[in-house]
Amino acid sequence: MSREEEIRSELFDHTLNGHAPEVKALTEEGLKLGMNPMDILFKALIPSLEEVGRRFEKGDFFVPEMLIAARAMQGALVILRPLIAETGAKPIGKVVIGTVKGDIHDIGKNLVIIMMEGAGFDVVDLGVNVAPEKFVAAVQQHEPHIVGFSAFLTTTMPMFKVNIEALQKASLREKVHVMVGGAPVTEEYARQSGADTYSPDASIATRQAKAIVGAAQAAESSALEQAVDLIDKTLRKG
Amino acid sequence: METKVRSRSKEVVISVDRPFVVIGERINPTGRKVLAAEMKDGRMDRVRADAVAQVEAGAHMLDVNAGVPGIDEPALLVAAITAVSEVTDVPLCIDSSVIEALEAALAVYEGKALVNSTTAEDERLDRILPVVKKYGAAVIGMANDETGISMVPEERLQIAQRIIERARYYGIPKEDVVIDPIAMTVAADPQAGVITLQTMRIIKERLGNNMVCGASNVSFGLPDRPIVNAAFFPVAMDAGLSCAITNPLIPDVRKAVMASDLLLGHDEYAMRWIADFRAAQKKAVGAG
Repeated sequence: MSREEEIRSELFDHTLNGHAPEVKALTEEGLKLGMNPMDILFKALIPSLEEVGRRFEKGDFFVPEMLIAARAMQGALVILRPLIAETGAKPIGKVVIGTVKGDIHDIGKNLVIIMMEGAGFDVVDLGVNVAPEKFVAAVQQHEPHIVGFSAFLTTTMPMFKVNIEALQKASLREKVHVMVGGAPVTEEYARQSGADTYSPDASIATRQAKAIVGAAQAAESSALEQAVDLIDKTLRKG
Repeated sequence: METKVRSRSKEVVISVDRPFVVIGERINPTGRKVLAAEMKDGRMDRVRADAVAQVEAGAHMLDVNAGVPGIDEPALLVAAITAVSEVTDVPLCIDSSVIEALEAALAVYEGKALVNSTTAEDERLDRILPVVKKYGAAVIGMANDETGISMVPEERLQIAQRIIERARYYGIPKEDVVIDPIAMTVAADPQAGVITLQTMRIIKERLGNNMVCGASNVSFGLPDRPIVNAAFFPVAMDAGLSCAITNPLIPDVRKAVMASDLLLGHDEYAMRWIADFRAAQKKAVGAG
């Protein structure tokens, strides 16, 4: 096994176990050896976080393990992000997300953000107690593929519908895919509210988001491949 | 400071100088799909059974929540309270974030209820507190507002103070405001427990109000939750918690509360502890 292969495999394991210092050190070592930043991201870090998500869905992993794995990955992303930005590669999709007005619960929403960022999405977090007009303004400004509404209370769930109507009024509804989730939310309720997708947990939400942008991004992903190749070649030349 | 709540026939006194008050949390359709479906259809058998089981397991009060999505919550909350009152006589904690539901429930409730809850936003305070006053109830004040939940104990204390002052303005005495210092899961923030305990200490010291919290929150997202929940009680009770909304059907929780009462000097000559042991022994013999 080459050192590069070893690094990829160690990065996978250390991210899975949330060892931030090791993940950072391995990322730095890999870059020094001339490994492609996109390669480190897409062949080691993202698969590892996906595995974390799978285990969480199955109930084998618990919330703190997900958070610590994400934190370990964040340490590597801080190093990789500027390098990837230089190459002009785009994130796989853009998401605007927030907890609806009247509700300040954010654990679930934050898990979704962690998983989506881990999967390569550019996520705009509007925080908690987000008013409909704030969602509308953010969708207008950021033009995301997806907007996500989180609600933890039966009394704040009706805000899904209010938000969706606000998007309609601003003629934005057709331009954005609406995902909703939160403890009391059901598939049926989500549909009645006019949402496009109901997300039962953070890992599933991320998978759904990938499928949603998948259609829109199929063309772009081949561009991404080309970018990776280009970086590869450039690095080899250097 | 004593907070007194009443049913038609029973009074419960909440105070740090008395045995801990357990408020059974089970009558809540959030996250309980079967219960939610039954309540939606107006079937209250499970609500009644949950009420009886929790009181038998030592609950001094019961929380009643009817927050089923897409229903007439005032009507459903009234129906649930009526059902619970048919089978138990413990005072109730009326739980809704819909003000109309709180008002409808208070209107039919016989006694002095504990209202769960208000946060510190002006808009909430100015709507809920007059209703609490009108029906002579007590109220839980959660130490957060529209800006979210502060992770600074001093700030939570200030928010609690704001609720107490506004309650006084509406004619609700200090002892009828039970503060929720907010217990959050240690799964999301390792310091969450410490922050909650420190908040309790300074509220106890400087405000002296009774405190309640959703004690099962502390273990959300973790494995083996009952032990974590149980371990929370002695530290929280020592820090000033005088009642909690929790699940008395979990033996670890029930026993942790009783043992903490004993250790904190609220069980004279261990009579309650011993009686509970005897009852369990008798039950085991009876079963065998």
